[in-house]
Amino acid sequence: MAWRDGRSSTRHLALFLASMVVGVAALVAIESFRANLKNAVESQARSLLGADLQISQNSPFDERVESLIDSVGGEQAREIRFTSMAYFPGTHDTRITQVRAQEGAFPFYGSLETNPPEAGRRFRESRSALLDERLMLQFGMAPGDSVWVGTRSYVIGGALLRIPGESAMDALFGPRVYIPIADIDSTLLDAGSRVRFYTRFRLTDQAAVDAAADRFKALETEGGINVSTVEDASDNWSDALGNLYGFLSLLGFMALLLGGIGVAGAVHAYTKEKVALVATLRCLGARTVEAFLIYLTQAAAVGLVAAVLGATGGMLVQVLLPDVLADFLPVDVVVEAQWIAVAIGTVIGLFASIVFATIPLLAIRRVPALAALRAAFERPEPWFKDGMRWFVLLVVFGAVTGYAIWTTGRWTIGLWFAAGVLAVFLCLAGIARLVMWASRRYFPSSWPYVWRQGLANLYRPNNHTTVLVLALGLGTTLILTVYLLQFTLLGSVQGLDARGGANTILFDIQGDQIAGVEQTVRDLGLPVEEVTPVVTMRLKEVKGRTIDEIRDDSTMGHKWPFVREYRSTYRDTLTASETVVSGAWHGSGSGGRNYVSLEEEIAEGLGVEVGDDLVIDVQGVALPVTVGSVRSVEWRQMSSNFFMVFEPGLLSQAPRFYILATRVANEQEAADLQRAVVQAFPNVSLIDLDLILRTAGAILDRIAFVIRFMALFCIATGLLVLIASVSVSRLQRLRESVLLRTLGASAKQIGAILNIEQALLGMMAAITGTLLSFAVSWAIARFMFEIEWIPSWGAIPVAIVSVTTLTILFGTLGRGATVRRPPLEVLRNEL
Amino acid sequence: MTESSNTVVLEVRDLTKTYTSGDRELTVVQDVSFSLTKGSSAAIVGPSGSGKTTLLGLCAGLDAPSAGSVTLNQIHLGALDEEARARIRSQHVGFVFQTFQLLPTLTALENVMVPLELRGERGAAERARALLTRVGLGERLTHYPSQLSGGEQQRVALARAFVNRPLILFADEPTGNLDAETGRIVEDLLFELNREAGTTLLLVTHNLELASRTQRIISLRGGVVVSDDEAERVNGSAQVRA
Repeated sequence: MAWRDGRSSTRHLALFLASMVVGVAALVAIESFRANLKNAVESQARSLLGADLQISQNSPFDERVESLIDSVGGEQAREIRFTSMAYFPGTHDTRITQVRAQEGAFPFYGSLETNPPEAGRRFRESRSALLDERLMLQFGMAPGDSVWVGTRSYVIGGALLRIPGESAMDALFGPRVYIPIADIDSTLLDAGSRVRFYTRFRLTDQAAVDAAADRFKALETEGGINVSTVEDASDNWSDALGNLYGFLSLLGFMALLLGGIGVAGAVHAYTKEKVALVATLRCLGARTVEAFLIYLTQAAAVGLVAAVLGATGGMLVQVLLPDVLADFLPVDVVVEAQWIAVAIGTVIGLFASIVFATIPLLAIRRVPALAALRAAFERPEPWFKDGMRWFVLLVVFGAVTGYAIWTTGRWTIGLWFAAGVLAVFLCLAGIARLVMWASRRYFPSSWPYVWRQGLANLYRPNNHTTVLVLALGLGTTLILTVYLLQFTLLGSVQGLDARGGANTILFDIQGDQIAGVEQTVRDLGLPVEEVTPVVTMRLKEVKGRTIDEIRDDSTMGHKWPFVREYRSTYRDTLTASETVVSGAWHGSGSGGRNYVSLEEEIAEGLGVEVGDDLVIDVQGVALPVTVGSVRSVEWRQMSSNFFMVFEPGLLSQAPRFYILATRVANEQEAADLQRAVVQAFPNVSLIDLDLILRTAGAILDRIAFVIRFMALFCIATGLLVLIASVSVSRLQRLRESVLLRTLGASAKQIGAILNIEQALLGMMAAITGTLLSFAVSWAIARFMFEIEWIPSWGAIPVAIVSVTTLTILFGTLGRGATVRRPPLEVLRNEL
Repeated sequence: MTESSNTVVLEVRDLTKTYTSGDRELTVVQDVSFSLTKGSSAAIVGPSGSGKTTLLGLCAGLDAPSAGSVTLNQIHLGALDEEARARIRSQHVGFVFQTFQLLPTLTALENVMVPLELRGERGAAERARALLTRVGLGERLTHYPSQLSGGEQQRVALARAFVNRPLILFADEPTGNLDAETGRIVEDLLFELNREAGTTLLLVTHNLELASRTQRIISLRGGVVVSDDEAERVNGSAQVRA
């Protein structure tokens, strides 16, 4: 019976099918991509580290470590990483870069991809430099040109295309420059520079790796040495990529949920058309459950076809994902058919089809046999009185939560996602209902007929207002939220400049250079806004417990605040970005104690309060201090802020370097300053607000691109649901249109009614989606990023116009030949 | 007869309609000619498939004939495109259908208002309300078609048909979907309203009793007029069978 009845309803069922296909395709694509990525990480695990074992620390290895390195043997390679300015004499351009001075045949696994290809192997011997391809393009450099790092000049040997174990995103944070270690300017490694020293090993077997790692880890407790094996690197990337997968997967899942809404809408319309048939079947003796099962079987069959089609589409879409995510991937992903992913996507798609179809299908159970005789008098019971419907809704919520937990591996995220989806859906549906109610309650009787008819169609029986506002509104919310967050993040950086303070920071200035740097700045007519001494240090004791004890204490959680290196300063006044929240600035000044002021979050991380004692290791000298005050710090300032601020005089004998903040008015002044400083003080690095803006812009662009790509699935589903909804109601619209034609309506009037209805729907979805995206982006900015939310008012008209236009366009597609059917068909009752 | 009652409202000349299906041609109306004067009434009767509804549609300008002509209120419909014919319908024509054909998304009042709304006339609500009260539905103005019985729906359709004061009313089996008693009520209303408004009436029906209430009966068989007796009343022994 299900098959026989379904044959005559292929159009409706096809629309049902279309709603699910995109969501299933998204899921299968992402699941397949995850499996392929997992395979790639496993097969290329060694090249993620480039070696069997790596050790690193922030200072040169001492004798004990060096002797251990010697005893481990194997093939070894050294690297020193630090931040420094690169200067291009040909164009007089400068740029802050991540310099990597190398010695040895690293990477032992995988290879540097360069242009020309041999440059990656030769740069150490030929004493040349390799530069990130983007850096070379930015400054118009070519192999053979020269670049200065510190006081040394290097011939550019080639462009870095790909570094094993690193994604292209890494270059955005700071373009990489490879130079031979033998030719390094040693002044760049002086105190103050953020320098990290690496040694990598290629060993004969795993036992040797494990033994060496254990020996280095034994030293780790003392010297801050970091030890990484292939397994560690693989795990780290697996965690990071797992988060990426979870995020993408949830976005894809949103498309599936939207498809589910489309299915519910299509099946709802389908069910209404089947009431008479069901009533007839009941008259003929069919039981309620039998009638229900006929249509559930149809839904399951169509859901299976949709799932299979979606899975096929997903296998095709997954080919695109490695390119879309190329900037984030450290490995080459080989795209292969992943049948488990196909099976998972198909099962989820089928399950979603059945569950979402069941919600409206439950109404079939309540069709009385009497409806075959007197349909007009049978009023259905309100849906909320149907316990079974509540049960199915609960199953949907449970399934959404379960999927989110399964895909992210975290209970909290799963629950938050499900709650968030529920909130957004309720919000969109609530606003749709509210608008329908308001349209009816405050109906503008004085409007022209076509406007009133178009508006009235929003709340007429069998309207699709809620479904379409959900589908289109959710897509709008997703896309716009991403844009608004991007706008806020970039705006918050730009806002720093607007405040009029410093917008350029010079750092790594040595004590004997500070006067010269200040003079250079002033000679260029620029103000010296701030000169700050910086002393590097570590904690030695916290409230009487040594850091080693704390490190060994398995009951303690986050140990990073205890073991990290601190860069601190000393001064006698608070800056404009600081506020004392407890204690007194530099203590009471009595009792002969030395006081330190801690930033509030680091104080919380250390578990200390005003009056607690610390012992600081200032480059080998133990300095006992008492927490005199706790400060809140406004970090979003283009000025130097610190976790620890000491009393003046306390650190005056300690080795230190300086930071200088100034303000440039335009690009020319910035370029002049960079050139002058780099030429006179090659070890001094400089970063300006413009560079931060460009870097943040480039990073956000890439993140936004990926999110938008995934959001496209939601948009595509939303538009398909729109076409499906318009098309499902096509019969009703067609009857109305032809009847209106018979009564004398012009094609223009009928077209206008449909356009107005769809324009109102689009506008409602756009406005609702916009409001939601403003609320969501505000919440994320306020509570997650903890920055001031900056609204983009210009996005509102753009969103409304584009969503409305799309709605009318795709609505016209779904409408088909509604306007053009000859009216005689009504008389013949052929519709 | 008055001068106005001699005015020809509808004139049909040699009307033929042929449908093509693949390489087959099917003529459903052939060489039909008749005319109706203002305020007159006529019924087209004939067996199923005889071309009654097609002829009605052609007369109302809902479709274009293959040959012949239809002149409605001195306007030759063949010279007009569909848009212009729609305008003529809006100005001069009322319709009543067997299946009521109310817009399911509009209330009773809104359904009746539609023809006036399409013409952009003011006071549509007042006139629609008055007509609905006239047909006995003054208490059901805000009901949707699905909330009305068949008889009530047809009464709404009648009110809609007369709301724009049509020159001519086309009715296609107006009681065909109603029980005998309800059908009689609707019939009475149809003729009362028709008389009050002085509208020309052309209806298609199987119902011989209904047909007998018109002034003229045109019998169709196989698309051809087999009798056109303006004076005679059809009785139980008539040639035409419903």
